Amino acid sequence: MSDFIEIKNLVKRFDISGGLLEEIRFKGGIHRKKTVVHALNGVSFGIKKGETVSVVGESGCGKSTLARCVIRIYRPESGEVLYNGTRVDNLSSSAIKPWRAKMQMVFQDPYASLNPRMTVYQTLLEPIRFHFPNVSRSEADDRVATVMKQVGVDPDWRKRYPHEFSGGQRQRISLARALAVKPEFIIADEPIAALDVSIQAQILNLFMDLQEEQGLTYLFISHDLSVVEHISNRVVVMYLGSLCEFAGTEQLYTDPKHPYTRALLSAIPRFGSEGFNHLRLPGDVPTPINLPTGCVFHGRCPHADERCRREVPALITAADGRVVACHGVEEGRLEWL
Amino acid sequence: MQKQEPLLSVRELSVAFKMRDCVLTAVDGVSFDLDRSQRLGLVGESGAGKSVTGFAIINLVSRPGYISGGQVFFEGRDLATFSEEEMRNIRGNRISMIFQDPMMTLNPVLTIGQQMIETLKAHRHISKHEAEKLALSKLQKVAIPSPEKRLTQYPHEFSGGMRQRIVIAIALLTSPSLIIADEPTTALDVTIQADIMELLLKLCEEEEMALLLITHDLAVVSQVAERIAVMYAGRIAELGSTEAIVNTPQHPYTQGLLKALPQKVERRKRLNQIPGNMPSLQERPPGCAFYDRCELRGEICHREIPRLEEKNGGLVACHMVKDAAGKEEK
Ligand SMILES: Nc1ncnc2c1ncn2[C@@H]1O[C@H](COP(=O)(O)OP(=O)(O)O)[C@@H](O)[C@H]1O
Ligand SMILES: Nc1ncnc2c1ncn2[C@@H]1O[C@H](COP(=O)(O)OP(=O)(O)O)[C@@H](O)[C@H]1O
Ligand code: SF4
Ligand code: SF4
Ligand SMILES: [Mg+2]
Ligand SMILES: [Mg+2]
Repeated sequence: MSDFIEIKNLVKRFDISGGLLEEIRFKGGIHRKKTVVHALNGVSFGIKKGETVSVVGESGCGKSTLARCVIRIYRPESGEVLYNGTRVDNLSSSAIKPWRAKMQMVFQDPYASLNPRMTVYQTLLEPIRFHFPNVSRSEADDRVATVMKQVGVDPDWRKRYPHEFSGGQRQRISLARALAVKPEFIIADEPIAALDVSIQAQILNLFMDLQEEQGLTYLFISHDLSVVEHISNRVVVMYLGSLCEFAGTEQLYTDPKHPYTRALLSAIPRFGSEGFNHLRLPGDVPTPINLPTGCVFHGRCPHADERCRREVPALITAADGRVVACHGVEEGRLEWL
Repeated sequence: MQKQEPLLSVRELSVAFKMRDCVLTAVDGVSFDLDRSQRLGLVGESGAGKSVTGFAIINLVSRPGYISGGQVFFEGRDLATFSEEEMRNIRGNRISMIFQDPMMTLNPVLTIGQQMIETLKAHRHISKHEAEKLALSKLQKVAIPSPEKRLTQYPHEFSGGMRQRIVIAIALLTSPSLIIADEPTTALDVTIQADIMELLLKLCEEEEMALLLITHDLAVVSQVAERIAVMYAGRIAELGSTEAIVNTPQHPYTQGLLKALPQKVERRKRLNQIPGNMPSLQERPPGCAFYDRCELRGEICHREIPRLEEKNGGLVACHMVKDAAGKEEK
């Protein structure tokens, strides 16, 4: 099966230089020095129809930026995003509109992402009106009631405001808003991070149920590695804006190849396991402003050598189908037992 | 044999918040003991009353909250009988707090060295030179690289993980006998979380400090604590050894939480879920707070608050849990 969503070589940078004047004053001259955050450095992977692909990695590694590039909130510096074979990354704001209905996003904080002055009804009606201006009032009302039922919120509560709901219910309403326009592809950026454990299970079940009922495709972002292990078909591991490894969930969790993946997975707190025996990484994650040369992980990798410091590792597809970006793995000098 | 008195003994502790038109009880009759060098985890979802309990132990409940009942004994003495001066001394010297946000502890305009020395001088008669030496040794203990140089730097020059290490170093300065750590790694990434938790565990063992670890994370607490208290809606639902909580949880809420863990079902299958929400302070039912969500509830549960009682070797607050040994057990 070919990929439904294709992400090819995405590069995204943020210019965070201060105002021009401030810099002239600072430098005492007219040279403008640019400060650039390298948020994504050539990320590529694909998602099949009906599949859940999750992206994991520590905060600041570029997960949200990736999500925003895919859904065209951000324009990448280079690279492509294909939706069912059509490029959508370079579309103008008006040309993207029909795709926006097919691709919807759910955010971490249902408190911030719902307008506190709009009722549930108004919140859900807005995207329907925007994307389908020709639907009748009663059709739109039906749609609102349908999606409320789908996410398990009683349609009788449509006149209520966000503050009248719990965090879990608000996240259900955010999901209903995404579903209102009948999307095929949902990007969820940390959708359960703000919720309590007992509520997380409810929302994850809802995600899984909806996928099964409607054949939805998910790009799921989470820092909870146990949750990702449970819900994903395949997983992307990122570090400092670069893709380290992309593999089937079981493959990845039972036999990680990239040294960073190995360290990350070893640190997952496991319920009922006493004490610690994770792989310790020296130092801190470098800033994405001064990107390390070569492999972005080389400063912390116990297997770094001269080539790692010099040359950016390419994404290679291994015999078992996984994608990994590591010289050591490619050269066969990292043979894990 | 006489049992040694616990380091910390919390008895029927209650904390209320005086609101404009009502009084809300956030912590409702919480009791537990913590022995010297022992590690107790206090887990529960947000709003359960964990942080308020932590603050109440060191008598730092801020208005409109107040301790509305119960007692806290530390090293055998009732903290309510302490003067504000004595209490300050306890907080600085004998009990140290670590918070989720290191900046609750750190002063952004002072160097690390300045704040460590200030902390020491506030609680000890000690020369500047001695204070510096001690500060340096504590930074080494928490594995801060090049500590001499780090002493002269400001908090913003450190990463989140390093800042939390510094907070731990400051907590160690006065060799306390108890550390209360409230979600110390919740804001950190997993790899850093594992490093910090491992460090905290190691230091507690080496320095013979007791730890009250407050967290929402069952997995983290099971890695560090010897005993776990599960808190729900202001009360302790269950308290037992980590081994017992992990393998033979007794309270329906604890059981529900553990069953909902992703590893309990096959991949990509629906998770076991607990229906509903924890009731907010305003909507707590008259009897058991878990009533609305509980599969085992009976008529008595709606009427009567279950007391935390010893059953099957652990403490559990549930009308329906039977004690296999019966009432005869001593
Ligand atoms: N709008 C922005 N302007 C400047 N820098 C940004 C912006 N958004 C993200 N960044 C930076 O890009 C990097 C990646 O951030 P993000 O994608 O939010 O990471 P994650 O979601 O994995 O935590 C970080 O260094 C972050 O500070
Ligand atoms: N300053 C305050 N005013 C009113 N209510 C408060 C205040 N601080 C805490 N509470 C309430 O007390 C309860 C317990 O809070 P807390 O101990 O912070 O929970 P936890 O740490 O378990 O998440 C919550 O319902 C919270 O809303
Ligand atoms: S490329 Fe080199 S430095 Fe990077 S992860 Fe592989 S072995 Fe380590
Ligand atoms: S007391 Fe009753 S309602 Fe409460 S947990 Fe036990 S069985 Fe359930
Ligand atoms: Mg993010
Ligand atoms: Mg708290």
